[in-house]
Amino acid sequence: MRKATILALTMLAMPAAAQERGLLLAGACQGCHGVSGGGSHGIPAIAATHRRAEFAAILRDFRENRREATVMGRIARGYSDEDIAALAAHYAARD
Amino acid sequence: MPIQRRALLVAAAAGVLAAPRLARAQQGGGRLVILGGGFGGASAARFARDHHPDLEVTLVERSPRFTTCPYGNLVLAGRRDIESITFGYDRLAARGVRVVHQGATAVDAGRKRLRLADGAEIPYDKLIMSPGIDLRWGAVEGYDEAAATRMPHGWIPSQQPITVLQKQLEAMPEGGVFVMTIPDNPFRCPPGPYERISMVAEYLQRAKPRAKLIALDAKNGFSKQPLFQDAWAELYPDIVEWRGASEDGRVVRVNPAAMEVETEFGDKVKGDVVNVIPPQMAARIAREAGLANETGWCPVKPATMESALVPDIHVIGDACIAAPMPKSGFAANSHAKHAVACAAAALAGRAAPPATYFNTCYSHVGPDYGISIVGVYRGTPQRLEEVPGSGGISPRTAVLGERAAEHRRLEALYADGWYESITQDMFGIA
Ligand SMILES: Cc1cc2nc3c(=O)[nH]c(=O)nc-3n(C[C@H](O)[C@H](O)[C@H](O)COP(=O)(O)OP(=O)(O)OC[C@H]3O[C@@H](n4cnc5c(N)ncnc54)[C@H](O)[C@@H]3O)c2cc1C
Repeated sequence: MRKATILALTMLAMPAAAQERGLLLAGACQGCHGVSGGGSHGIPAIAATHRRAEFAAILRDFRENRREATVMGRIARGYSDEDIAALAAHYAARD
Repeated sequence: MPIQRRALLVAAAAGVLAAPRLARAQQGGGRLVILGGGFGGASAARFARDHHPDLEVTLVERSPRFTTCPYGNLVLAGRRDIESITFGYDRLAARGVRVVHQGATAVDAGRKRLRLADGAEIPYDKLIMSPGIDLRWGAVEGYDEAAATRMPHGWIPSQQPITVLQKQLEAMPEGGVFVMTIPDNPFRCPPGPYERISMVAEYLQRAKPRAKLIALDAKNGFSKQPLFQDAWAELYPDIVEWRGASEDGRVVRVNPAAMEVETEFGDKVKGDVVNVIPPQMAARIAREAGLANETGWCPVKPATMESALVPDIHVIGDACIAAPMPKSGFAANSHAKHAVACAAAALAGRAAPPATYFNTCYSHVGPDYGISIVGVYRGTPQRLEEVPGSGGISPRTAVLGERAAEHRRLEALYADGWYESITQDMFGIA
């Protein structure tokens, strides 16, 4: 509960540009994971499923080839550390 | 949607549109008009309505219902019916998009108005154009609109539903020949013809196992080529024959009366069914608005998707030149979101956000057998380029080893997930 409040507050404090970056990058996730990140057809849910640090670590693992993937490795290799942080803020902030 | 409700919506739209909105642009809002309710346009309308409440969003689309190209090849294979890939616009309207079902006839870029077939004009502060493609009739000699009834293209659902080709395929005699002709780049959906080869072969194997499919290609290489060719050799070795340009695969002429196509070096190939996928260009409205260059496609600024030729207009989707991105529905959806963000930023006097675009295109090649190509791209004022080291195609079977079957099964499943997600996004379903 307290964590969620802190997260929400950091979201508010986040500059609008960083928030928009997360939203625009999330456009790619939505293509398969669903508009609100709920997943379907064996595609996992990504919205509000992990804390920010965990979410970022998973994406980095995909990028670094440490996690088995069909398409996610190929996608994550297109992300910078900042992109991963923005996505983590976008999705993890929803819980 | 019932006719009456549609008429009401249109009337409501017209009323609001007529009201002067001069001060809006200064407030950071403004009138965003979107032409084309397909992958680019519908996605743009949805995204704008969800994330830019201060914008007035109008979507102009000729047809009341939209049948997707994606999954049309599964209709051919008999796996889907056409209704399951056809959508309406009421959910977008319910979300507050003003949906106007009219053909647009011209863009008056000087006065910033879009002219409609009924004579009405829609003023805009920013216009996003996603009108898709037209076929280049006559580019393959003899292939005109009349020829297309005998030799269907099945490449623009609003001009020719995929069911036209499907009925011919079903009526094809046992042991018959299905001929497909494929154009040079660039064209809508680079892997599309090869997914179609696969889906037609799947159907033939099941329903007419002695039949053959001959694909005549104007190119020597194509999207996901090693994966498609591995799959054809594995699944349909006695059915599929693909001939590239170096094997005289380029078709230059068709003779619909004889159901025959002719290659560059004079080889004549006869089919019981002939599917001609002809060369293409940006849709007429974009060309007539002066948005296209000599190639027939529309150059854009890679950082914002704004037209390189006409101010205050973004061109997205298949109509624009976004190479190295493919002309895909996923790409059009990605362009759409970025273009809306850039248009909103410009109206509010803010700088455009940095441009990252995406593409993930799945293809079905057999039952429980899917493959994909992925791309992540960045747009700068100078160029659009793929992020080095990212993207690429699914691994080949030899590389996957014993994981291959599971990998293919998952990608086929994920393809279905993608289709559901993107159509829910575009049409405001979820
Ligand atoms: C067989 C096949 C399979 C495909 N499979 C995939 C796939 O698996 N994944 C993928 O990502 N992509 C796929 N594609 C590609 C995808 O269909 C296109 O890239 C996508 O449709 C492009 O979107 P768009 O908005 O540019 O054009 P469209 O989706 O064609 O939308 C254009 C809209 O504009 C409207 N319009 C045009 N002119 C006017 C006018 N003057 N007035 C009013 N309305 C107008 C049209 O009616 C149309 O609804 C496939 C294509 C084909 C042919």
